[in-house]
Amino acid sequence: MDILLLLESSLNGALVGLMYSLVAMGIVLIYKSSSVPNLAQGAMVMLAGYVILAFSNQLGLPLWVAIPLGIVTMFIIGVGIERVALRRLAGRPIIMILMMTLGIEIFLRAGSMTIWGGTSRPLPLGISDAPLFLGPLLINRAYAVGAGVAVAMFVLLVLFFRTRIGVVLRAISDDYTAAWSVGISVERGVALSWAISAVVATIAAVLWGSVQGVDQSLALLLLKGVTVAVLGGLDSIGGALLAGILLGIVEGLASIVLDPLLGGASRELVDAAMLILTIMLRPHGLFGRHDIERV
Amino acid sequence: MLFRQAGILHTNYAQDRALFPIPADRWMIGGLLLLAAAAPFYMSTLYLSSYMLPWLVWTAAALGLNLILGWAGQFHLGYAAVMGIGAYAAVHAQRNGVPWEIAIVLAGLTAAVIGSVFAFAALRVKGLYLALSTLALQFVMDWTISHVPAISGGTQATLQAPDIRILGQAVTSDAGLYYVALVWCVLVTTFMLNLRRTALGRALVAVREKDYAAAVIGVNSFYFKLVAFATSSFIAGVGGAILIGTFYHAVTPEQFSVDVSIQALAMVIVGGLGSIIGSYFGAGFILLMPGVMNAFISWLTTQFGFSLGIETLAHLPHALYGALIIGFLLIEPLGLGKIYGNIRDYLLVWPFGYVKK
Repeated sequence: MDILLLLESSLNGALVGLMYSLVAMGIVLIYKSSSVPNLAQGAMVMLAGYVILAFSNQLGLPLWVAIPLGIVTMFIIGVGIERVALRRLAGRPIIMILMMTLGIEIFLRAGSMTIWGGTSRPLPLGISDAPLFLGPLLINRAYAVGAGVAVAMFVLLVLFFRTRIGVVLRAISDDYTAAWSVGISVERGVALSWAISAVVATIAAVLWGSVQGVDQSLALLLLKGVTVAVLGGLDSIGGALLAGILLGIVEGLASIVLDPLLGGASRELVDAAMLILTIMLRPHGLFGRHDIERV
Repeated sequence: MLFRQAGILHTNYAQDRALFPIPADRWMIGGLLLLAAAAPFYMSTLYLSSYMLPWLVWTAAALGLNLILGWAGQFHLGYAAVMGIGAYAAVHAQRNGVPWEIAIVLAGLTAAVIGSVFAFAALRVKGLYLALSTLALQFVMDWTISHVPAISGGTQATLQAPDIRILGQAVTSDAGLYYVALVWCVLVTTFMLNLRRTALGRALVAVREKDYAAAVIGVNSFYFKLVAFATSSFIAGVGGAILIGTFYHAVTPEQFSVDVSIQALAMVIVGGLGSIIGSYFGAGFILLMPGVMNAFISWLTTQFGFSLGIETLAHLPHALYGALIIGFLLIEPLGLGKIYGNIRDYLLVWPFGYVKK
């Protein structure tokens, strides 16, 4: 096996993985604040892509206006989802909450296709197709930009958690009863975390939309996002970043090593296997807190 | 009213623990069974084979999922994959000359063995992590089924299912297939009704409520979780085989994809966790909803003279289906079964509503 090929594919894999971790960060943000595993994150990414396209194509706005508008819209939608659907389920069994996020997933996915149709449409960011050269290695420019944005997002979130509101969110995620008793509005905090995660979903939508177009397949990022989030530890944003890189590299290598053996499409299998292995061997992930309930 | 409880005095435990202690229930069940048995004589073939039959088969499947979800309290996002295992096992067994009666038992056993893999996830983690690992297992099973040519007959392939043969007699008429589904559904329902009254059922409920509390009173939660997964997988496997044999007549991997798992979950949730009659309601609701919605939308469009794009029409029922799941969880989390229970409770003491407070 060519060592350069392996290096190149793992490097590109790591960049793609960083883009997965954008989806995972949204899941982590919500899980941290309210212990709700958001299975609708993929659908939120997809909806965000359609919203941005609606602003840029149907209203004819330039992309640099459409994206901030999309972010604002998704912020409101995020708050709305929490207010309408999730707040009333607080304290219910996890089965109900999971089913609710699945219901939201179906609703958002089918709803956005009802309004805008299911054909794939491009979201051109103006990143050239020409590869970057890093020594002898070819790097996909879109992936490199996406990875850069993911890291920037991570830094922004870390900085955000040092502000006053961020400290409030951290208090809620630590112990929401205690947060409540010192006068923090837990509801508002949780709503805010949904809003932020919807914003992160929007950014993921811009990047993934520019790579593969905006259509239903954006919602399939859910499996990758969940895998990365669990692998990194469901309540660790930094964990999501590193786990994204790890999953990306494993996927990249697997697609070279396993695809010829298994006849293609081994990525999904690798994702599922990573998810199962993580849950079986280390349910709290690489960097998660250890108090996750075992049987 | 129908349900009057007055004057029904049980004088021994056997009466009190009967399946249907109230005569009105017995009469209703008897009447419904008669109606169901006579359905081929008064129903058109269209209704019989495209509404009644899938409804019964899916009800049986939903009951199997309810065993895991409602009784044992374990999340299962890979139910369709288990059904698929049963379906493929039965089709392959039949194609190799195994009689149908043995083939469906084989299907159930294969599904039970492989489905117990899900149980090993349940023995290790619970709640959210169990849900995610069963979801991942669904993807693994999907992938295995579609990528191993020995199972699926190659990617994108459709395997023709041989005719159902009972005691060497081929069952091909619509009425015959309907009776196969009916008998299966009645069997599963009887099993589930009786589960409530057995040690197994009570142990499962104990495990659901709090597994270490169950352990304290001497219920081995490991063992009962395993039993629950194996039993429900058996029902799923036979159900999948019967679904293929009576309804689809051919098997492809897409019939048992993750969306189907979610659909089965929706049946249980909409019907009501742990409710048997709810599973009937839930399966009927989820199966009929798209058709009814389509009819309703086309009625609306002709009524108000607007037209919708093809894509809109294709996706709107799906969006409403999502909205329905959300609505049920918000308004009546225990589903249609609970609504039925409320009506029944009201009628039991009607017109003396103040008796129950």
